[in-house]
Amino acid sequence: MSLTLDEVRHVANLARLSLSPEEEALMQTQLSAILDAMAELSRLDTAQVEPTSHAAGEVPPWRPDAVQPSFSPEKALGNAPAKVGTSFAVPKILD
Amino acid sequence: MDPTTLSMLELASALEARSLSSVEAVRASLDRVERLDGRVKAFLHVDRPGALAQAEASDRRRASGTPAGPLDGVPVGLKDLFLTEGLPTTAGSRILEGFIAPYDATVVKLLKAAGLPLLGKLNMDEFAMGSSTENSGYFPTRNPWNLDLSPGGSSGGSAAAVAARMAFGALGTDTGGSIRQPAALTGIVGLKPTYGRVSRFGVVAFASSLDQVGPMTRTVADCAALLQILAVPDPRDSTSNPEVAPDYRAELEGGVRGMKLGLPREYFELPGMDPEVRAAVEAATSALQKQGASLVPVSLPHTRYALATYYLIAPAEASSNLARYDGVRYGLRAFGAKNLLQMYGQTRDQGFGLEVKRRIMLGTYALSAGYYDAYYLKAQKVRTLIKRDFEEAFASVDAVLSPTSPTAAFRIGEKVSDPLAMYLNDVFTLPCNLAGLPGMSLPCGFTRAGLPIGLQILGRPWDEARVLRIGRAFEREHDFHRRAPTGVGG
Repeated sequence: MSLTLDEVRHVANLARLSLSPEEEALMQTQLSAILDAMAELSRLDTAQVEPTSHAAGEVPPWRPDAVQPSFSPEKALGNAPAKVGTSFAVPKILD
Repeated sequence: MDPTTLSMLELASALEARSLSSVEAVRASLDRVERLDGRVKAFLHVDRPGALAQAEASDRRRASGTPAGPLDGVPVGLKDLFLTEGLPTTAGSRILEGFIAPYDATVVKLLKAAGLPLLGKLNMDEFAMGSSTENSGYFPTRNPWNLDLSPGGSSGGSAAAVAARMAFGALGTDTGGSIRQPAALTGIVGLKPTYGRVSRFGVVAFASSLDQVGPMTRTVADCAALLQILAVPDPRDSTSNPEVAPDYRAELEGGVRGMKLGLPREYFELPGMDPEVRAAVEAATSALQKQGASLVPVSLPHTRYALATYYLIAPAEASSNLARYDGVRYGLRAFGAKNLLQMYGQTRDQGFGLEVKRRIMLGTYALSAGYYDAYYLKAQKVRTLIKRDFEEAFASVDAVLSPTSPTAAFRIGEKVSDPLAMYLNDVFTLPCNLAGLPGMSLPCGFTRAGLPIGLQILGRPWDEARVLRIGRAFEREHDFHRRAPTGVGG
């Protein structure tokens, strides 16, 4: 399984990673090798096997949807890289 | 007497008898950190004033006859993946440099409520992705047995701190072996509890269907005592088992007479296993047989597929979990971007290290349109087969024994540029996470070069008590856990 550079760029875009050209080339080689190693799973017939999404296996317990105290705006914004008043500030969303 | 040579429970007895104070124990630990950690590099952050204040409070409780629990006053360290209110939490990543958590993880609250002073935050592979602590965004941690070697990972800082007697115990997390493999490589005890046994609330997420929190200690009894504090139902983690945990020390000394211990043939047939590791583990299983256990060959036929299964499921979940690091609410932000999308991309490119990017890319690919069925769904189906292997084995045995890691500690730099070689470190530890089982590593011997070797004990779901009991039965007749690491001075 060999990934093309375009595929690497497509996945990087989906993952919101601005990779450098060197990183793109490295990812192309390494991801291709890793996916090759993963391909051994295709040898197993799993047509009749249910997927396992969770090790717990049981239905998670319910709890009442009770209102709990939450952070003050000051505390919630304590780690904000940029803020305006009690809001997180971000660059323009629409050009 | 140097208090740092004591186990957690020995120190607790000394505190109870008032022959030592918690302040003395914390001072002795911090002095050792000061002396050794410039070379070992286990700590990312040392909280001297916080630990001393907690120790003083503990001494007051002991003086008034009102200790908060059996381990009140015993200082421990935390892998830097646990949120600690008012202290830095980096998850070993530059993207969280300077992040101060606004609240404590549930397990941190539990440790504080039980009176354990917290010495600081311990180094790790970035976001727990790695098996050598070389993927830390800050610096690699070194193995106290030989400073040229890796302590394993991802909880390598926790393992090194406990092995070098800078902390009496520590918390780690284990997604594919991150407690057990570094425990094996540094000669300490590390337990990954059953999925759901310990709360993950406030623990930075890596792969949510696999992550568990567990104790790392010098003895099996310490491990049981520390697990007791952690194994508490938490309504804030929906996977937390609502049932109250049993008393883990009640049957600890019960021995293994009459137990059936499974030896999975696939684990012992692995090419690349160090013959010295195999010999030590076989000697350990014989020792348990001499104590009255019977050894039963078992088969876990899908073992060879665990690595591929894990390295699809864990990166897929990680790619989703790590989407939250977008530079908006906390952590690093790349300034100067023209728009929001550019800011996301640049922030994440600057903040994440190479292994994290690799896994995000792999996971995103495995989840993307057109590849989901062939990779992610396929891996989830094979996970079912791996889980079934264990269910069938546990129908005839009480626990499964194997090496923890195919080799002893390896050189820093030896595997870091070859991801597939590094992933092979986890070949014996991954299936346990995929199946959600409890698993423990404890020291079972040394190589001729003097490096520790780990024995892995896997149990049925929720059967930590038996895993601990088997480990204790072995430990009782050996002194491997008493040896002090040779790579650092006393």
